[in-house]
Amino acid sequence: MKKKMKIQGKIWLIIDKDKNLINDIDTDMIFHNKYLAITDIEKMGQYTFDNLEGWKDFSSKAKTGDLVIVGKNFGSGSSRQQAVDCFASLGIQAILAESFGAIYKRNAINSGLPILQIKEIDLQRFNQREEIEINLVDGSTNSKYLVIEPFSKVQKDIYQAGNLFKFGKI
Amino acid sequence: MSKTIVEKIIQLHSDEEVKAGKIVWMKIDIRTARDFGGPNVVKNIEKYYPNEQLPDKQNIFFTFDTVAPAKTIPYANSQQICREFAKKNGIKVFDVDAGIGTHILMETGLARPGRTLVGTDSHFNILGAVGAFGQGMGDQDIAFAFRTGKTWFEVPETIKINLKGKFSYPTTGKDLVLYILKKIGSKGALGKCIEYYGECLKDLSFAEYITLCSMMTEMGGIVSFPEPNQNVKNFLIERTGENPEFIYADKDAKYCDEIVIDVNDLQPQIACPPKPDNVKDVEILKGLKIGSVFVGSCTNGRIEDIRDVAEILKGKKVAKEIMLRIVPATKEVYGQMLKENLVQILYDAGAIISNPGCGGCASGQIGMTGKGEVQISTSNRNFTGKQGAGKTYLASPITAAFAALKGEL
Ligand code: SF4
Repeated sequence: MKKKMKIQGKIWLIIDKDKNLINDIDTDMIFHNKYLAITDIEKMGQYTFDNLEGWKDFSSKAKTGDLVIVGKNFGSGSSRQQAVDCFASLGIQAILAESFGAIYKRNAINSGLPILQIKEIDLQRFNQREEIEINLVDGSTNSKYLVIEPFSKVQKDIYQAGNLFKFGKI
Repeated sequence: MSKTIVEKIIQLHSDEEVKAGKIVWMKIDIRTARDFGGPNVVKNIEKYYPNEQLPDKQNIFFTFDTVAPAKTIPYANSQQICREFAKKNGIKVFDVDAGIGTHILMETGLARPGRTLVGTDSHFNILGAVGAFGQGMGDQDIAFAFRTGKTWFEVPETIKINLKGKFSYPTTGKDLVLYILKKIGSKGALGKCIEYYGECLKDLSFAEYITLCSMMTEMGGIVSFPEPNQNVKNFLIERTGENPEFIYADKDAKYCDEIVIDVNDLQPQIACPPKPDNVKDVEILKGLKIGSVFVGSCTNGRIEDIRDVAEILKGKKVAKEIMLRIVPATKEVYGQMLKENLVQILYDAGAIISNPGCGGCASGQIGMTGKGEVQISTSNRNFTGKQGAGKTYLASPITAAFAALKGEL
């Protein structure tokens, strides 16, 4: 099955009190180590951002198909896969960040979760929960205030296959 | 387009145009897994690729370096899982007698300039010493590389470090790398490569190249390439039977940063607990009482390192109540120690000598430190708990040997 290369969804701008995108959200804020024993993806979603100030109720608000927008160095810290899988568990379609931690990036790409690098964003132009459209092939969006990097070939291959291991079967 | 060393090596293994910042598929020449991580590699392969043939099996290896021979049942089980999988699939195992995997790859000539190698060992970048791209990865990535012979990688940027000046005995490559770590810090090379240039490299032994490259991990980096000297060339000629074809950077290659580090009159360095970049001049800590010394690990377990220690201890005894533990990196090094009578010299001096492997570094076969114990170790990490409950200071084999003799720094 070919996965769609154009996605649309309602956004969650993960911002602080001053309305800036939060930077340096580490894997403990995304999925705290006290839940590390959980290996069942279905059960992971409920703990997403459960340790991130201002966003502890995220899992109850998020809807399938939503898009998450965050700041710089997202997912630094440990190599835990749960910090990626918890978003898939909630049905989040993609994570857009100004930059990602290196291991997080590997884990996300390997598991086929679309993560997108923001080149430019004019935050003032976006409202919480507004709907946007993204073309994963060329990185274009339906807003001139948001520019993202298109998928690399690698990312596209793995995303299309489902995950790294499924890609390895091809 | 002009390229750095890492860009060139990856380009040789990729169909896509390679440049720093881009994610590309790359072919992996040699794939390995060790006793730590290996069982999960096996599990992933059996789960996702049951009954499928692995390609290019003569370039897949298991190495048992961390706890060899196994001292607990879980470790023994891990090694046995790897052995059985290897047997079933016709893959070679370097078993518990062989030593540290990365060193075996260099000794056997499997690691050579321009090649790409991956394994489940975070110090795989040590292979930069022979001009190879070595990279440690997680068990999912390694399982995939076993099955497909390739991996994807974000081409790293490179920092150029020019080492200015010269230094001499008793200052060694270990002191040099600790000093660089002090200068640039534990995030100094985060996600990047380093190319080293400079006069002082000419005088380093091959073992010192290994030491320099091994601590790239502690700088947060991907892999480093010191400009090869005659000692490295000689080692490669001996091991591969051919003239090494090193990959050199283009003259106008693009670096993300250029740093000059002055090493003139460099003094012996020591990394204080609990972090490898917490580096000071040994002089400052003079008189610090110690309880034990560990010489070995992938960073300082070569024959040259052990010769340094034997020379200092010859005909003498380690201080009262000091425990000195020595672990050669590989079986070959052990054999050489026997040939050169170093085992006798070290035994007479009061050392405990163990079979090859990671030794004290990976909570391995030669014991840990107890609470309150001060240890001088030649390995690469001194994080709390890594080598026991005591306090670990990282230094060169020479500093370690003198400390063993005096019972203090
Ligand atoms: S000696 Fe230590 S750092 Fe080196 S490979 Fe073994 S466990 Fe890792």
